Amino acid sequence: MEYLGLYNYWIAVVLLMTGFYAVVAKRNMVKKLIGLSLFQAAVFLMYITMGKVDGGTAPIYTAAGGEQIFSNPLPQVLILTAIVVGISTTALGLAIVVRTKEEYGTIEEDEIQQIDEHTSGGQQ
Amino acid sequence: MSSWAPHLPVLQVVVPLMTAPLAVLMPDRRLAWALATAASICALAIAIALVGDVREQGTVVYEVGSWAPPYGIALGVDAMSALLLLVVAGASTLGLLASATSLPGEIEPQRQPQFYAAWLLSLAGLSGILVTADAFNIFVFMEISSLSAYVLIAGGPDKRALPSVFKYLAMGTIGATFYLIGVGLVYMMTGTLNLADMEQRLATVGDVKPILVAAGFITVGLALKAAVFPLHVWLPNAYTYAPNVVTVFLAACATKISIYILIRFDFFVFQGNLTAHDWQFSYFLMPLAILGILVASMVAIFETHLKRLLAWSSVAQIGYIILGASLISVTGLTASMLHMFNHAIAKGTAFLAIACLALSISSLDIRNIAGVARHMPWTMAAFVVAGLSLIGVPGTAGFISKWYLIKAALEMGDLAFPLIAVILIGSVMAVIYVWRVVESAYFGNADAGMSGATIKEAPLAILIPTWIAVMLNVWFGLAPALPVELSTRAAELLMGHMP
Repeated sequence: MEYLGLYNYWIAVVLLMTGFYAVVAKRNMVKKLIGLSLFQAAVFLMYITMGKVDGGTAPIYTAAGGEQIFSNPLPQVLILTAIVVGISTTALGLAIVVRTKEEYGTIEEDEIQQIDEHTSGGQQ
Repeated sequence: MSSWAPHLPVLQVVVPLMTAPLAVLMPDRRLAWALATAASICALAIAIALVGDVREQGTVVYEVGSWAPPYGIALGVDAMSALLLLVVAGASTLGLLASATSLPGEIEPQRQPQFYAAWLLSLAGLSGILVTADAFNIFVFMEISSLSAYVLIAGGPDKRALPSVFKYLAMGTIGATFYLIGVGLVYMMTGTLNLADMEQRLATVGDVKPILVAAGFITVGLALKAAVFPLHVWLPNAYTYAPNVVTVFLAACATKISIYILIRFDFFVFQGNLTAHDWQFSYFLMPLAILGILVASMVAIFETHLKRLLAWSSVAQIGYIILGASLISVTGLTASMLHMFNHAIAKGTAFLAIACLALSISSLDIRNIAGVARHMPWTMAAFVVAGLSLIGVPGTAGFISKWYLIKAALEMGDLAFPLIAVILIGSVMAVIYVWRVVESAYFGNADAGMSGATIKEAPLAILIPTWIAVMLNVWFGLAPALPVELSTRAAELLMGHMP
């Protein structure tokens, strides 16, 4: 049961590995980017989970005062930054995919490789 | 001026960061270039001033917004970061000076202001990594520098830049995310992100298993970013298809900054707190370093594209840097620091010479530069000096670091002989790949290559930064006092954290 109680971490690990698999194994550039986003989202989940305290609320002092349990807000702040980084990465990746489609007419890495081998016979 | 002095560490980042959006707004490419170059020279001046401060008073600490650490974010510049700040700001300045001539042939005028903005962001990110003392800040700055580096590389004129930069983006993001996981695990156990604070609190952590996992994630993630041997596959193509000046900048500093984080994190945080961690660190990195030196040099020997040849040589040189660090001794770490500095100068010079060559030669293949030295004597002479420095010939910067590396290897007892053999074999292989270029350029039959009439010496505007870099190679080869002093102090600082 102890392991089930940590299910958030298990989800994070499964997401992490799913994303990683997609990045490594898929040859389509968009699918790779989806994997990359999943991979990053798993880490976000891990951070949020570790900041959570059982029964804890948002760290805001109320007029009532007294003893209150707060969840740690810092991991959430960190992840806010990391999400921005993740979005920028995905946006830049998609921009590269669009440019690749314009130049090569395909976003399959195998086909791109074939085109490159075809053209790079003598030049550069 | 005196009122500015305490703020130098933060200005190192703020100046390029704030100039970047201004560069985008510039209506003309010349204005954008002038602005970027001015900011970069300013950053170089700050770096030189910081080196002066570090030599006088040791570590310079800056509390952002006057909030005391560990609650506030602290910046700290010590000998290790000061040395690399010189590299980053210097490479950026020389690259930008060369870009005035080299860039118009590669990027359309209307896109150049954006290009310079991305360059400045990359400079800000790399400097930020060096000045900060906060683990999460390092991640953010790392992503700033990487994202802008992807943009810079994708700007290359060859369409093959796109798939190579996509590969770099995927691998770079995985590396950065691994680092993030590692930092998260350490934060989970210690509740702090300040590196110095982390080290102290780790001592009180009972369960070290998450810390071990964190050490693994951080080491592998950063090794990926640093292109340590089996994780280097993104590097050769990314360097080859990037615009020439971008290759100068990135080859001189981007991977070294990742090695900097790797070494700093490991020694400052983990070495003092994990039992037998020195052993794990050495036995993980040393074989990779040795393989990197031998395999990458071998590939470079058989490579015909000039930029890719030098890129593979970079992978081999990263091997030397890691090898020095994996010896875990003051001399070894000194050699490692010195080689970061000296290799940046040598490889920067080599790529600057390539940028000069590219102005007259459309295809940078080794067969196409036959006899080119007759038409471009200054360019090829610069390449020869850079090559000698890469090999480690006495009188050039490269010799100093190889010398320290061999000295460090001699201290290793039984391991001394094989290590020295690897270093010497690597150097001989460097002789071969540098010689192939030199042979073709000086002794090749010009008629077999392109028609000689169209090839002329590169303009003075790009030869001057190239020859400044050449002079630095010779200067730091003959008078290495400054880098040696800073490297030794950095190495002592790192070793001070050993249990």
